[in-house]
Amino acid sequence: MASIPQDINRTAGAGRLAYSKLRHANERIIEWFLLAAALVAVATTLGIVFILVKESLSFFAAVPLWDFLTDDQWTPLFSDPHFGIIVLLSGTFTSSLIALLVAIPLGTVIAIYLSEFASDRVREIWKPVLELLAGIPTIIYGYFALFFLTPILQQFIPGLPGFNLLSAGLVMGIMIVPYISSISEDAMRAVPMSLREGSYAMGATRLQTALHVVVPAAFSGIAAAYILGISRAVGETMIVAVAAGMQPNLTINPTEPAATITAFIVQVAKGDLPHGSVGYQTIFAAGLTLFLITLVFNLAGFWLKRRFREVY
Amino acid sequence: MSSAPTRDLAQVRSMIVRQKRRDLAFAVLGFAALTLCFVTFVALFVDMWIDGSSRLTADFFTNFASRRAGQAGILAAWVGTFLLMIVTAAVAVPIGVASGLYLEEYAPRNRFTAIIEININNLAGVPSIVYGLLALGMFVHVFGLGASVLTAGMTLGLLILPIVIVATRESIRAVPGMIREAAYALGATRWQMVRHHVLPYSMPGILTGVIIGLSRAIGETAPIVTIGAVTFIAFLPPAPLTGEPPFVSFEWLFSPFTAMPIQIFNWTSRPEVEFQQNASAAALVLVGMTLLMNAIAIWLRYRLRRNLKW
Repeated sequence: MASIPQDINRTAGAGRLAYSKLRHANERIIEWFLLAAALVAVATTLGIVFILVKESLSFFAAVPLWDFLTDDQWTPLFSDPHFGIIVLLSGTFTSSLIALLVAIPLGTVIAIYLSEFASDRVREIWKPVLELLAGIPTIIYGYFALFFLTPILQQFIPGLPGFNLLSAGLVMGIMIVPYISSISEDAMRAVPMSLREGSYAMGATRLQTALHVVVPAAFSGIAAAYILGISRAVGETMIVAVAAGMQPNLTINPTEPAATITAFIVQVAKGDLPHGSVGYQTIFAAGLTLFLITLVFNLAGFWLKRRFREVY
Repeated sequence: MSSAPTRDLAQVRSMIVRQKRRDLAFAVLGFAALTLCFVTFVALFVDMWIDGSSRLTADFFTNFASRRAGQAGILAAWVGTFLLMIVTAAVAVPIGVASGLYLEEYAPRNRFTAIIEININNLAGVPSIVYGLLALGMFVHVFGLGASVLTAGMTLGLLILPIVIVATRESIRAVPGMIREAAYALGATRWQMVRHHVLPYSMPGILTGVIIGLSRAIGETAPIVTIGAVTFIAFLPPAPLTGEPPFVSFEWLFSPFTAMPIQIFNWTSRPEVEFQQNASAAALVLVGMTLLMNAIAIWLRYRLRRNLKW
């Protein structure tokens, strides 16, 4: 920042003008600097798209897109390679489905409870606890699924292998609960009090008010929470990499081990693949698929969230 | 509910009782759902504690990883994590705060700004492993930085950028407009107003966001694994301070490294029970770090909400 030079005669117009010009130039420089910082985020997105598309183009030069979409085997590192992404998608789909079957009911019930039933004190205590749950590193959830939940599940399901989609999916569900409950609760709390008062005045209970008035009014926000939850489940890596095994397996049976898109990327990156080989490019093709899937969900969630904001 | 006068009063009463019972049942259900989450949380801790607490000795913190589980420690891992957090913060804080300032205080409301905003929103939802692919393709192979502390730190920095930006914007937005008007009225330029008023007042909120961002980065495994940093490391990066001039060395930025989550991942993929104990001890340390950071952030925000009344 420029400080005022001592010798400026404050009544002299020329000096003041020079100072004002200096200030002006300074302001412009700072503004450009801040803009440059904001553009880093745009550059990151462009960088992601550029790298994924560039490496995927080399990949699709070697592997026809049609094979990628229709082959029912995924053996990119074998001597007779097959590249059927459907195999990895089945793992991703199954683990995400289990996670959502846990996270959506639990998250919704918790959100309704915290927003409509709990007192302020109870809410103040539980929200940080849920936040802490969301803050636990996913590698630790993976460890928990593999060494704690799987042995318990094996008591109930005889013959359950050590690596399986069920245990990974269940733990992933618990991990996603805080995301869903927090966004849905925000949406429900944004519903104006007058709507609730109207409902109570008609003699409705808290549950009737919640289910017939608040939830429908906050519907798009809740839907956005679900969609963002789906996007999390699809992109989750370490839980499935640790607990679901890394064997590509075309299955929707949750008691089998299977690789997801994310687990496959980890598996390949952990090894030592030469830069530029088809095996190396495979993870970018898989990554592009993942990126496109989550992009669709993110945009849908973003659109829904904005729509619910506009209502009130 | 029919309004027919023939309707029996008892019938109405039983309906009310039924609805109230359902209401109560849901309250119990909601509380049970919360308890289930809490029980999971506790089980996670107890399980790790039972498996790993016997390994939490001073040696565990001062030994390098080893092929013998009993002698293995997390020295390289926690030092690596510490260095990683420095680089991550050095990337994410200036860029994140500057972006937040630009979007709240400078940006015109036009299509261009809207694109930046949508873009940041979308970045927040990109799976972390995709950032790993960006780093592998760009930082490792195009820029030739290798699987170094710098590469991993920049990757994590970009990963938490949206968190820092959103936190910055929210705390800037909480500064009332009259503060800005007062500064302008005294002849301050926009930057003077921002530098002397908006930024200091929003600092606690920004700090909270930064801590939450770092606590997310500290546990991120996937992007670091993707850049190829899963080798056996039994040395520390070169020290940042040296004996001879210029006394400061940045060689550590380009050194290979390992970090806590990677060490845990390595140990969980070993079949021996002893290594699993190491994994749970290291996990305990990592969770401890994460929870401490989160607790600080929550406490900061709580204090903030209580003390700050415009």
